[in-house]
Amino acid sequence: MKIISKLWIFIGVLIVLSPLGLLLPAHFKAGAAWGEWGADEMRQLVGYIPNGLKKLSSLWSAPIPDYAFRGWEEKGLPFLSFSYIVSAVIGTLICAATILLLGKFLSKKRNL
Amino acid sequence: MHIPDGYLGPSTCGVFYALMFPVWTIASKVVKKTLKVKQVPILAIGAAFSFVIMMFNIPIPGGTTGHAVGGVLVAILLGPAAACIAITVALVIQALLFGDGGITAIGANCFNMAFVLPFAGYYIYKAVSYKASINSPRRIFAAGLAGYAGINIAAFLAGVEFGVQPLLHHTASGQALYCPYGLNVAVPVMLGEHLLIFGWVEAIVTALVIKYLQKHSPELLTEGRKD
Repeated sequence: MKIISKLWIFIGVLIVLSPLGLLLPAHFKAGAAWGEWGADEMRQLVGYIPNGLKKLSSLWSAPIPDYAFRGWEEKGLPFLSFSYIVSAVIGTLICAATILLLGKFLSKKRNL
Repeated sequence: MHIPDGYLGPSTCGVFYALMFPVWTIASKVVKKTLKVKQVPILAIGAAFSFVIMMFNIPIPGGTTGHAVGGVLVAILLGPAAACIAITVALVIQALLFGDGGITAIGANCFNMAFVLPFAGYYIYKAVSYKASINSPRRIFAAGLAGYAGINIAAFLAGVEFGVQPLLHHTASGQALYCPYGLNVAVPVMLGEHLLIFGWVEAIVTALVIKYLQKHSPELLTEGRKD
């Protein structure tokens, strides 16, 4: 099998296993990454929400925030795991497609 | 290490965008000059790999989480400029689609993870694996060390970027406007958690993939190289 296919299978395996990145922190009761707290967590940590942070934090509303479909946040870990996998599929495909498209401009035919 | 919107003040965000524009321009030029057409699909996999490996949040029980970036691996295989482009694509998609990392912080996050991490890692790998044969165990060690060092340097920078915010931006009464933690907290925490835990994940992932490729696809470790 060509190495490209093997590497894509490797990515596929990582995608299927990706919910571990959600389930393990939940199991070990680990919170957000340091410096990536939401406004409520910030209030608990330092007693107030910094004013500039309050304004900027809602600047962008991502279509699939934190790899969870909107409205699924409270549905429990199986649903979140599913949306995590779908997010991983969407993300890896868009990443690869973007590079392939950029590659049309960034690589020269002479460099075969 | 994905700094969200609201943690860095406008001046910091601006500085890092300003630093990254020439980096992206030069990286594109280098890639255009050196990347072969048949390497493009591997770079696409590199971007996908970096994207998905960053979703593997590793918990510190009862505390925080972190993850590998995979950037040093991409740099070893395709060069640091190509890795810079691939990781930038992954970080931009994470920010835009998934709100992982802020829009205003794309410059800073790319500086840490798409620029310093792959370049530092790449040159450490080059130095440690200097004149080692393709199947030498020294390459596996070099890859692990480069991954460990690369992510820790990036984490240190993120800590500094967080930590200078209370100095730069605060109200008259001393309340922070953006990240409330100073250098005395942000740097030891960011660096400490990566030195102790997440750096090892990056090291192991990088070393294992290089070990696998030595055995199954050694040409990936030589192509496009000017050793």
